[in-house]
Amino acid sequence: MATPTAVVGTHRKPVAGRLRGGDEVAWALTLLFAVIILAVTLLLVFELWINSAPSRHKFGFGFLTSALWNPVTDEFGALPYIYGTALTSFLALLISVPLGVGAAIFLSELAPPKISSSLTFLVELLAAVPSVILGLIAIFTLVPLVRSYIGPALKDVLGWTPLFTGPVFGIGYLTAGLILAIMTFPFIISVSREALLSVPREQREAALALGATRWESTWQIVVPFARLGIFGSIFLALARALGETMAVTMVIGNSPTIRASLLSPGYTIASVVANEFTEATGKTYLSALVELGLVLFVLTMAINAVAQLLILVTTKKGSRKS
Amino acid sequence: MTSRNIRRNALNNIMLSLTGVCAAVTVSTLFLVLACLIYNGGKSLSLSFLTNLPVGQGETGGGIANAILGSAEIVALASVFGIPVGFMAGVYLAEFSGRALGFLIRYTADLLNGVPSIVIGIFAWTVLVVPMHHFSALAGGFALSLMLIPITARNTEQFLQEVPRTMREGALALGASKWRAIATVIVPAARRGIMTGIILGVARISGETAPLLFTALGNQFWNTSLNEPTSSLPVVIYTYATAPYEDWHRQAWAAGLVLLALVLIANISARMIVSRGASLPK
Repeated sequence: MATPTAVVGTHRKPVAGRLRGGDEVAWALTLLFAVIILAVTLLLVFELWINSAPSRHKFGFGFLTSALWNPVTDEFGALPYIYGTALTSFLALLISVPLGVGAAIFLSELAPPKISSSLTFLVELLAAVPSVILGLIAIFTLVPLVRSYIGPALKDVLGWTPLFTGPVFGIGYLTAGLILAIMTFPFIISVSREALLSVPREQREAALALGATRWESTWQIVVPFARLGIFGSIFLALARALGETMAVTMVIGNSPTIRASLLSPGYTIASVVANEFTEATGKTYLSALVELGLVLFVLTMAINAVAQLLILVTTKKGSRKS
Repeated sequence: MTSRNIRRNALNNIMLSLTGVCAAVTVSTLFLVLACLIYNGGKSLSLSFLTNLPVGQGETGGGIANAILGSAEIVALASVFGIPVGFMAGVYLAEFSGRALGFLIRYTADLLNGVPSIVIGIFAWTVLVVPMHHFSALAGGFALSLMLIPITARNTEQFLQEVPRTMREGALALGASKWRAIATVIVPAARRGIMTGIILGVARISGETAPLLFTALGNQFWNTSLNEPTSSLPVVIYTYATAPYEDWHRQAWAAGLVLLALVLIANISARMIVSRGASLPK
């Protein structure tokens, strides 16, 4: 869609001249508010950078590779948190990608439009559930479930791998991954569904006319056509999972260690900031927590940028061809 | 039929049913969440729970009245900062922006929208709590407004752009200046969409916990000014749920039910506003 900015131009005039008529005032006023967005975001980056300075100077890049977190001796390393964040997000995607893409295929290819749009609405409602509420449910229903059933069952079947060893507490990487899966699949479903719906009808019809089954047409033609949008939705979900705080904090177990077993308690970047920020005493401690925020910020920004790019490319492709 | 075709058909049926299973699992998650809250929260929900202040550990009859009021204050503050900025920025992006600056601001808004909420909390802490030396509803409202601004801006922009070109040209052809056309024709034509976006944005920030943990903090009493620590529903749910007391767990469930009901009502009514006006912007 073309941006209708060119209807009446406030084009190149000297700035003093622009501010005369009502249009110029409106332009200047709206610009002022728009620039607030820019200014606030720059200030955010600046504050994170400045306030993490003591920790950055003291530890350098070693901050990212050290596994030691000891407020008493003022030694801080982010590795256990980075590990926990990456592992829980990976687990979440492992569950939510097949589930979300499968559901998106059903909603775009099989379900009648009316049913599809009401089911999509329900999925989007799930995305609106505050994370603290999912955390509440996780603490009191998912944790006991993992402790008594899911954990022991996984140990029985897969206990010979290092991934499912040690005592089952109920809290830990696996539970956090499960709750993150619930928080991420609504994004995958709604964005992937849009991408699949923007695949031109002719693509499906051509495949079916050549004798492909419904599934073959979907899996070999429609899904590859929409793949960038689907990847975009996955990156979006990943960014959300990495930055998610409350639900994870409530079930991760708060243990700054690196363990292979998914059943053991761990910690994530967002959780340690949530838990320790108000109690942090001392300049280095506080700035180490701010630096964790900075790490999280950079990580999610990079992944969001990839997601935005992929989604932009597919929606453009779809609208050109249809 | 050859065996190959039988295999292909079987695969077709299996895979298509599996996608149905995926859809069923994901949609039923919502109902599980609802059922869980209604069952656990309904047991402890009562009028006095909504109107009483919290009581000390061990006593009975505590409520969340101050948290409800505190949440309302923080969200209202966030709306007062966030909606005008977001709306005006949206108007700029849709109506006035040039290519380079428009792209930059649009991209920055998306960036800000993707910032993890805990990082927003750190930021609000550094710029408001540290200089003021204490936690406050003001800092909490500021943190939440940062989440509301990009949502409102991008949504307003999108709905303004969907207003048909003919409507703007009609207004301009009648001799209206550009700002008059925007204020009297274009914005009113897009108002349903803009309203919906604002309601959804406000609903989203009212469930946020992480930005409030070290900005608004919490409080056991009525707050007497916006400049002091203030209780809020999400933080109360978090604190009560993670505390080791049975009675607090019960209250966390009831508070969760209240919060979820508010958020879902806002979402559903926003959806109804849009569907009633669906024929308008197209």
